[in-house]
Amino acid sequence: MTTAAPRAARLRRLERPAIAGVLVREIINFSSFWRSTTFSATVEPTIYLLAFGFGFGSLVSEVAGYEYVEFVGTGTVATAVLFSSAFPGMFSTFIKYKFQRTYDAILAAPVDVEELVTAEALWIGVRAGTYGCAPLLVALAFGLDPSWGMLLVPFFGFLAGFGWAAFGILIAATATSIENFNYVISAALTPLFLIAGTFFPIDGLPGWAQTLAQLNPLYHLVELVRHAAFGFEGAADLVNLGVVTGFGLLMWRLAAWRMEKRLIE
Amino acid sequence: MAASAPLAIRLRGVVKRFGSITAVAGLDLDVPVGTCVGLLGPNGAGKSTTMKLLTGQARPDEGQASVLGYELPGDSKQARAQSGVVPQLDNLDTTLTVEQNLVVFAHLYRLGRRERRPAVERALAIANLADRRDTRVDKLSGGMRRRLLIARALVHHPQLVLLDEPTVGLDPQVRQELWALIDRLRSEGTSILMSTHYIEEAERLADSVVIMSHGRAVAVGPPQRLIEEHAGAEAVEVYGPPARLAEVEAEAHAAGLATRRTGTSVALLRLNGHAPAGDRRPANLEDVFVLLTGEEIQ
Repeated sequence: MTTAAPRAARLRRLERPAIAGVLVREIINFSSFWRSTTFSATVEPTIYLLAFGFGFGSLVSEVAGYEYVEFVGTGTVATAVLFSSAFPGMFSTFIKYKFQRTYDAILAAPVDVEELVTAEALWIGVRAGTYGCAPLLVALAFGLDPSWGMLLVPFFGFLAGFGWAAFGILIAATATSIENFNYVISAALTPLFLIAGTFFPIDGLPGWAQTLAQLNPLYHLVELVRHAAFGFEGAADLVNLGVVTGFGLLMWRLAAWRMEKRLIE
Repeated sequence: MAASAPLAIRLRGVVKRFGSITAVAGLDLDVPVGTCVGLLGPNGAGKSTTMKLLTGQARPDEGQASVLGYELPGDSKQARAQSGVVPQLDNLDTTLTVEQNLVVFAHLYRLGRRERRPAVERALAIANLADRRDTRVDKLSGGMRRRLLIARALVHHPQLVLLDEPTVGLDPQVRQELWALIDRLRSEGTSILMSTHYIEEAERLADSVVIMSHGRAVAVGPPQRLIEEHAGAEAVEVYGPPARLAEVEAEAHAAGLATRRTGTSVALLRLNGHAPAGDRRPANLEDVFVLLTGEEIQ
């Protein structure tokens, strides 16, 4: 008696049209602010690369068997990926659901929270994979030898970027105010960024810090990128890839779960 | 209400609690297909929570809810695919153009590649914004933004439209323009649930109104019938200094009449053949509203 409409096919979880719809929104929005985002996402790691590469490079010419500029050039790919995924994951997500109420609008359409979170992390991941190539291109310009393995760098960057974006969304879904992000940035992101083997090899660190680095997905991304440039190391890189992928999957599920709790009362 | 009429919205005994607060406390609500139902109530009566329940953004603790024949919350996504929502707070993408906002929602509502262009054109025409298609939203006036917000909810030709306080904070001219738009929608057979606290809005647009108080429906029916049932056909307004108004109230209550304060006067209601002295006027939905939801601010 209450059936007012013919029954359409039951809609499922993680539907492609829902994810595509959210992606279209992101891409159209991106067209209005890509210049500033691209500027900061590529210039910042490049500055790190140049400052460390030439600053330290004048003191140490070789690190772990690589020329220092090449060592840092490959390492800062991970920095670029981290900066262009974790930060948008945290800040844009928080602004979109708290201040702009964008997520209310999207969730009134046939899109579930899980699809929304997935699409947001995918899109940030794609951007991070792209921006991650900037330091590598700079390093190439400064004499790094090209290799076929480098073609995999955007993919590694995407994979890690997806995970860090989901991490950011998880934080945004948990935080009660934007000021809370400071704790995460100081207590988690900064240390992880420094003990990732980006600027110096982790072998010189004390044992506990080395263990911490092993647990740091950013370290595994640094290793993957470096090996993509200088030669893969078989099993070790499968482990690296496994950690980056596992981190992404774990963060994705946690982000979807927390955001659902946050948005659906 | 005819039990056989197909219902666009059906709520039975719906309860929604937030911690110790019960926002919706056993609500029954019917929206027959093709009608416009006004949801009236003071602030805090549970209107916004009801709207959230209908879009799946809140899950009921008890009771049954179905929208367009789909059970909530399980099949909410199907229901959302065929509903349009106009939120109370503007959540347009302000750095995008009018047209881009509509294109985004044509995608979110899963229109096919060929349907999108005509759907966006149609929505632009409904909102009378075709010549503003390339204007960024943050350059639009408040009235234009609200028209765009409504057009965005209609881009996929929904069977049901949920309007949450559609004209709040707008000039009378803009409000009338939106009323015409909503009225046209209703005449085209779209089912509408509209929450509002502008009583005139409900009186003009709604086939039937539901008056909510403390999370429940306290009166349901066409505006005219509710007025006759609860306030009587006519009201008499008595003006005077506060002390005089208090006397008038006491006398009226002794005679079995109902009263309500209007700020500067006392309105005598449920006259039942009495003919007290004062300014006569037709009773209105506001009289019913105040009688049923109380004079105090909730």
